[in-house]
Amino acid sequence: MMPAGYATSEGGALLVIAVMLPIVGMIAIFALGLRRAERIAFIILPGGLLIALAIAAEVARTGAAVTYVLGGWQPPLGIALQADGLSATLMVLTALILCAVGLFARGTFSTPPDMSEARRPMVFWTLMLGLWSALNTVFLGQDLFNLFVALEFLTFSAVPLVCLDGRRETVQAALRYLLFALIGSVFYLLGAALLYGAYGTLDMAGLRLQAHYNPATSVALGLMIVGLMAKAALFPLHLWLPPAHAGAPAAASAVLSALVVKAPFFLILRLWFDVAPQPGNQLAAQMLAWLGIFSIVFCSIIALRQVRLKLMIAYSTVAQIGYLFLVFPLVMASDAPSAWQSIGWTGGVLQLVSHALAKASMFLAAGLIAEALGHDRIDNLNGAVTAVPISVAAFGLAGLSLMGLPPSGGFVAKLMLLTAATETANWWIVAAILVGGILAASYVFRVLGRAMAAPKIGFKTLAHIPLHRELAVLGLAISAVVLGFVPLQPFAFLGIGRVGLP
Amino acid sequence: MIGTATVYGLCASGLVAIGLYGLVLHPTPLRKVIAFNLLGSGTFVLFGVAARRGGAAGFLADPVPQAMVITGIVVAFASTALAVALLLRLQETGASSIETTPPEQQDNGAS
Repeated sequence: MMPAGYATSEGGALLVIAVMLPIVGMIAIFALGLRRAERIAFIILPGGLLIALAIAAEVARTGAAVTYVLGGWQPPLGIALQADGLSATLMVLTALILCAVGLFARGTFSTPPDMSEARRPMVFWTLMLGLWSALNTVFLGQDLFNLFVALEFLTFSAVPLVCLDGRRETVQAALRYLLFALIGSVFYLLGAALLYGAYGTLDMAGLRLQAHYNPATSVALGLMIVGLMAKAALFPLHLWLPPAHAGAPAAASAVLSALVVKAPFFLILRLWFDVAPQPGNQLAAQMLAWLGIFSIVFCSIIALRQVRLKLMIAYSTVAQIGYLFLVFPLVMASDAPSAWQSIGWTGGVLQLVSHALAKASMFLAAGLIAEALGHDRIDNLNGAVTAVPISVAAFGLAGLSLMGLPPSGGFVAKLMLLTAATETANWWIVAAILVGGILAASYVFRVLGRAMAAPKIGFKTLAHIPLHRELAVLGLAISAVVLGFVPLQPFAFLGIGRVGLP
Repeated sequence: MIGTATVYGLCASGLVAIGLYGLVLHPTPLRKVIAFNLLGSGTFVLFGVAARRGGAAGFLADPVPQAMVITGIVVAFASTALAVALLLRLQETGASSIETTPPEQQDNGAS
C-alpha cells in the first residue's frame, strides 16, 4: 500500500540549494538595500547556473535520479524533491536563459544615480529571482500540492512582470492573465483534492502505484489538465497570452514566453505519464493533440496578420506551444518499450528546449529593434538591419528554429515529431506540422524582409545599443541553432530516473 | 441516509458551481475576484471532506488535508490581494473594465 520510500541521494542537497538560492537573493535585496538589486542578482545568476549544471552532471554521473527527502519525512507526510534527466535538462535551460536575459537587462533596470531607491529595478530583479525559484520547484517537486504552491509562486512572480511599466493596457493584460491563471490553479487544486480523497496521498510515486481507472481519477486528472492548459495557453484558453507577453518589457516577455508557459506543460507531461493509470486514455490524447493542431494553424495565421512585432511573436508562442501537445498520441501509439524511449517524446522535449531558446532570443531581439527604432510596427521596420545588425541576425537565426529549417533545434524537433506521426499514421498531425512550418516561415520572412529593406530617407537610430546586450541575444539564437546538431534519436539522458527504467 | 461527509461534499460542489458561474460569466473584474474566492472555498470544503473520510482509521480526521487547506487559504488570500491591487491600479489609470482595446489600434506601444 505504501509507496516505495525515497532516500536522499548523494548530492541531494544541491536540489534544496537550487530552490533556495534565488530566494536568498530576494531576501538579500530587501536586507542590503534595493539599490544593490542588480549587483545581488549578478551574484546569484552564475551561482544558480553552476548549481543547475552540477545537478545535471550528478544525474549523468550516477545514471539515476538525484533525490532529497525534506526533513527525512517519507511521503505521504513528507515531501520529496527529485531531479531526473528531464528535470535536470530543464533546470539547466532555465538557468541559461535567465543568465542571458540578465545580461540583456543589465543596465536597463538599474537604479538611476540620483535616486536612492527605484521601484522598477527592484521589482524586476526580485521577481526574476522568485520566478527562478518557482520554476526549479516545479521541475523538482514530487508532491502535487507542493507543485500547486510552486505554480502559484510562479504566477505571482510572472503577473507583475507583465505590468512593470504601469500603462493601462499592460495592467489590463496582467489582470486578465491573473484571472486565467487563478481559474487554472483552482481547477488544479480541485483535482488534487479529489485525488487525495481517492488515494490518500499526493505523492507522484505513491499515486502511480495505486492509480486505476475510476470516475474520481478521470475527473480529477481532467480538471487538473484543463487547469494547466489555461496556464500553458493552449487554444482556446490562449486569449490572455498575446496582450500579456507583448505588453511586458522585452526582458520579461522573453522569460514569460520561453519558460513560464513551459512549466504547466511540464506538469501535464508528468501527470499524463507519471501519475495517470497506464495506458493513458486514447480519446483524451487525441483531444489534446487536436487542440494543439488548432493552436498551430489558428494562431500562426493570426500571427501573420499582426501589425506589431511583439504581438506577432506572442501569437507565435501560442502556435509553438501547440506542437508540444502533439506528443501525447504520438508517444502512446509508438511501439517503443517505454514512453521516454520513443521518438515522439524526445521530439517534444527538444521542441520545448529549442523553442525556449529561440523565443527568448526573438523577444529580446524585438526589444532591441524597438529601442533602436522607437517603435515595433512591422511595416515600418526598414533600416533595422543598419541600426541593430546583430539583433536582426539573431532574429533570423531564431526564426529558423520556429520554421523548422535546418540547421536548428526546431528542425530536429519537428522532424522527430513528423517521423513519429508518420510511423503512427497520425496524418492530421503530419499535415499540421507541415502547414505550421510554412506559416511560421511566412511570418518570420515578412519581418526579415522589412528589416533588411533600405532605410527611408531621414532614417536615424534613436538609441545606441551596447554590444553586450546584442551579444546576449545572439548567444541564445546560436544555442538554438547548435541544438540542430544533436543526433536524430531518443536521448538516453532524458530517460534517466524515469519510472520503470533500472 | 446521507452521511455528514456527503452533505459537506454537496455543499462543496454547490460553492464550486456558483464560483465557476461567476468567474466565467460576470463581466466585472471585482465580481470575478469574489467568485474566485467562492470557488476556492468550495475546494477547501472538499479538502475537509477528504480529511473526514480519511479519518475513518481511528482518528477524528486526517490532518494532512487540513494543513493543505491552511496553505491554500494563504495562497488564495495572496491571489486576491494581488488581483485587488491590480484592480485599484487599473482604476487609477482610468480604465472602466478589463476589456482591452484591440492591440492593433495601439500605437508606438514599444516597450
